[in-house]
Amino acid sequence: MASEQDKLLNDITEKEYEFGFTSEIEAEDIGKGLNEDIVRIISAKKNEPEWLLEYRLDAYRKWVNMKTPEWAHLKLPKIDYQDIIYYSAPKRKAQYESLDEVDPELLETFEKLGIPLQEQKQLAGVAVDAVLDSVSVKTTYKETLAEMGVIFCSFSEAVQEHPDLVKKYLGSVVPTNDNYFAALNSAVFSDGSFVYIPKGVRCPMELSTYFRINAMNTGQFERTLVIADDDSYVSYLEGCTAPMRDENQLHAAIVELIAMDNAEIKYSTVQNWYPGNKKGEGGIYNFVTKRGFCKGEGSKISWTQVETGSAITWKYPSTILKGDNSISEFYSVAVTNNYQQADTGTKMIHLGKNTKSTIISKGISAGKSHNSYRGLVRVGKRAENARNFSQCDSLLLGDTCGAHTFPYIDVKNNSAVVEHEATTSKISEDQIFYCNQRGLDTEAAIGLIVNGYAKEVLNKLPMEFAVEAQKLLAITLEGSVG
Amino acid sequence: MDTITQTLEQAYLSRYNDNAELINASCGATMNSHREAAREKFEALGIPTKALEDFLYTDMQPFFNHDYHIDFKRTPEKTDLYQVFKCDVPNLNSHLVFTVNGWFYEKNLLKQGLPEGVIIESLAEASKNHPELFEKYYNQQAKESEDGTVHLNTLLAQDGLFIYVPKNVVVEQPIQIINILNSQDELMSNQRGLFIIEENAQAKVLVCDHTETHNHYVSNHVREIFAAESAVFDYYLIENQHNRVKQIISTFIDQEAKSNVLGNIITLHNGVTRNNSYVKLSGEHAEAHLYGMALTDKDQHIDNFSFIDHAVKNCTSTELFKYVLDDNSVGAFRGRILVREGATKTMAYQTNRNILMTNDAKMYTKPQLEIYNDDVKCSHGATTGQIDEDALFYLRARGISESEARILLMFAFCDDVLENIRLESLRERIKELVEKRFRGELSKCAGCAICN
Repeated sequence: MASEQDKLLNDITEKEYEFGFTSEIEAEDIGKGLNEDIVRIISAKKNEPEWLLEYRLDAYRKWVNMKTPEWAHLKLPKIDYQDIIYYSAPKRKAQYESLDEVDPELLETFEKLGIPLQEQKQLAGVAVDAVLDSVSVKTTYKETLAEMGVIFCSFSEAVQEHPDLVKKYLGSVVPTNDNYFAALNSAVFSDGSFVYIPKGVRCPMELSTYFRINAMNTGQFERTLVIADDDSYVSYLEGCTAPMRDENQLHAAIVELIAMDNAEIKYSTVQNWYPGNKKGEGGIYNFVTKRGFCKGEGSKISWTQVETGSAITWKYPSTILKGDNSISEFYSVAVTNNYQQADTGTKMIHLGKNTKSTIISKGISAGKSHNSYRGLVRVGKRAENARNFSQCDSLLLGDTCGAHTFPYIDVKNNSAVVEHEATTSKISEDQIFYCNQRGLDTEAAIGLIVNGYAKEVLNKLPMEFAVEAQKLLAITLEGSVG
Repeated sequence: MDTITQTLEQAYLSRYNDNAELINASCGATMNSHREAAREKFEALGIPTKALEDFLYTDMQPFFNHDYHIDFKRTPEKTDLYQVFKCDVPNLNSHLVFTVNGWFYEKNLLKQGLPEGVIIESLAEASKNHPELFEKYYNQQAKESEDGTVHLNTLLAQDGLFIYVPKNVVVEQPIQIINILNSQDELMSNQRGLFIIEENAQAKVLVCDHTETHNHYVSNHVREIFAAESAVFDYYLIENQHNRVKQIISTFIDQEAKSNVLGNIITLHNGVTRNNSYVKLSGEHAEAHLYGMALTDKDQHIDNFSFIDHAVKNCTSTELFKYVLDDNSVGAFRGRILVREGATKTMAYQTNRNILMTNDAKMYTKPQLEIYNDDVKCSHGATTGQIDEDALFYLRARGISESEARILLMFAFCDDVLENIRLESLRERIKELVEKRFRGELSKCAGCAICN
């Protein structure tokens, strides 16, 4: 049976990236390199107000004096930041009124990705703000949302139309000098999404963006800002696929979430960028800073992520639980294969009273990949009755991969209850035997077990995403497994 | 910052330069031959600061940044330690041995009752008497360390304890080592230990630390243990110092096939303590068990660091650490487990549980698993919380006073660690000590006349 398993694992590991294609849309860029002038050009091209330019320049000046973080369990190649194009926009930047006007090739791209824009508009009730290489091309369902007072638009649009909100909240959760990649993003961010849910509004649909890095050698610097005012609710979906590339591409995004009194934000991510080929060449570098701020009492932020792509992932969606009785959850499945490296996890900073957090992390490593969980649970001195439960499990497929856990637990309050548990193992032969006995072949058994292992997290995804996530898991790991 | 670091390290290097002759004269050639490399390593690594991930919770710089006296020349101990010291472990007959300020006590009465071939002697003497053993074992594990204080020890160490248990010999009675710090000056001690347990041999070591005067001390202690095939070795550290003692103890353990080593670190009283345990499982079917408990109060600081290296397949390791932190005390635990490629059928389990008694106590926990292999069973668990209110209520409902109930529950909490002591008389005795400590009746080991 061992050899059968090996064969299976080989099949799995040899599975090529399915979404590898390049859509040929003319893109406008400003050449390679980064300096103050480039920052000014980006700002000017986007017609930004003075304060935003200052914000960018301030970040740039801080970034110049910072160093690449080296503490992660990753082998980071040297990145030449002067060899990257920091701005790229599709050339035909028309204001589409209907889908017919959209570049047919772009529509085809979406079709391949399984985002039937037209169908979704009618059936799924999902408003899609498709971000293709940094500039928002099409925003749907805007009217419906506008009626309820929900603002869901591209970041540049928000800068023009809601400058007060942007100015008030931009950088309030992730300051410009937070870390190296956050500073870089703050200096050169191109576009992204902006969401504002007014008081007492329950957003009627799942808000969704699909990011896609398209033009050659373009770093993608997304900026997402979600603000949920008192008693509101929003579920935000972020999905990423990128076409096949030979050279590594840099992606450094920032996501900021702010939840006021009794507001709830549910943020779900499916990340499937190009992970590089079987030899570990190419692939996306994904250095993302995601942070939520439970500002108000009784607020709730929940992160769900399925990470299957990228050559290198460096990502720690975190929550600062400041409001009393606030709650945060983190559910993650991270799958690595071939030469992929992932160092991902979360931080839960408990500051308010009666705050609660849950962390469920499932790592799956195969091939020659390395998958690390890195998490911090900190209970501040005034965080009475804080409660945390963390569980991080690792599943190893094959004997050449690695699974690592680096949890940090800092407790400064004696009423806190913090629990952490972690296990690492491979699929047990007993489980496979049990399935075999019931007529499932080993292939099917492994598929079943892996899916069951990740189920706890997949169940937290919104319906539309859960299907895609399961498909991605299958693609990344199962190969022909049923 | 750089200039401060430089002066501190430089200061220690010049202490060495000034006393090199004296230091080298007391030891054998093998011991001295390691000093040059150690000096280079120490210069490169320096004394650890919080900037190093492994020392995130304990900055060593301030503890070393002090003009300590170092006994480069042994000060003869005037009192007869055998007369003043009576350890009252009931039914515990031990081979008693003393060290004073890192030096082997010259009047140690060891010959009696030791099985044939067993050597317990001064490290300095042993380095002259047994050059072949020193060639093979001395500094072999410590030299690769990433911790500058280990190399500082190699550079400055003059004496300590040497234990050799030959093939197939079982030392029935535990070897009890009493480390005494006794000086009129503020003192630094650089004690070194080398324990070799040969094939199929067995021994148990009980280490008790005592400080006599209320001065500031820094004790930089390095101990290397080699357990050959099928060897069984236990070591129990009872740390019972006063609040002005800064202690860094690095224990290196190398285990051959089928060997079984148990370490149990019991911290009852301390100032600042950093225990480093480095275990390398280099032979198949080796087993390592590492346990620890700490009871701290006031401004005490305890940091247990462990690194278990599963280098080959079929090895097992278990770790259990429990802390009860009172007042302003700070606890830290960092447990790293590395399972190397090819180390299949590894079992590694780690648990860390902590109770915070007050709102000012702090606990930092960082378990860490690094696994490069799929055929393993590894787990780690960590909890930080407080005494179960339901359990407390249960006891109160049965007429037990609150303070008594709390003591009972805390004692029960620590019992898991104490249960693992593999010698009954010792287990009972240590349990008694721990209970006394909970009741606040223990300032020093009772019955230890030297402290009274």
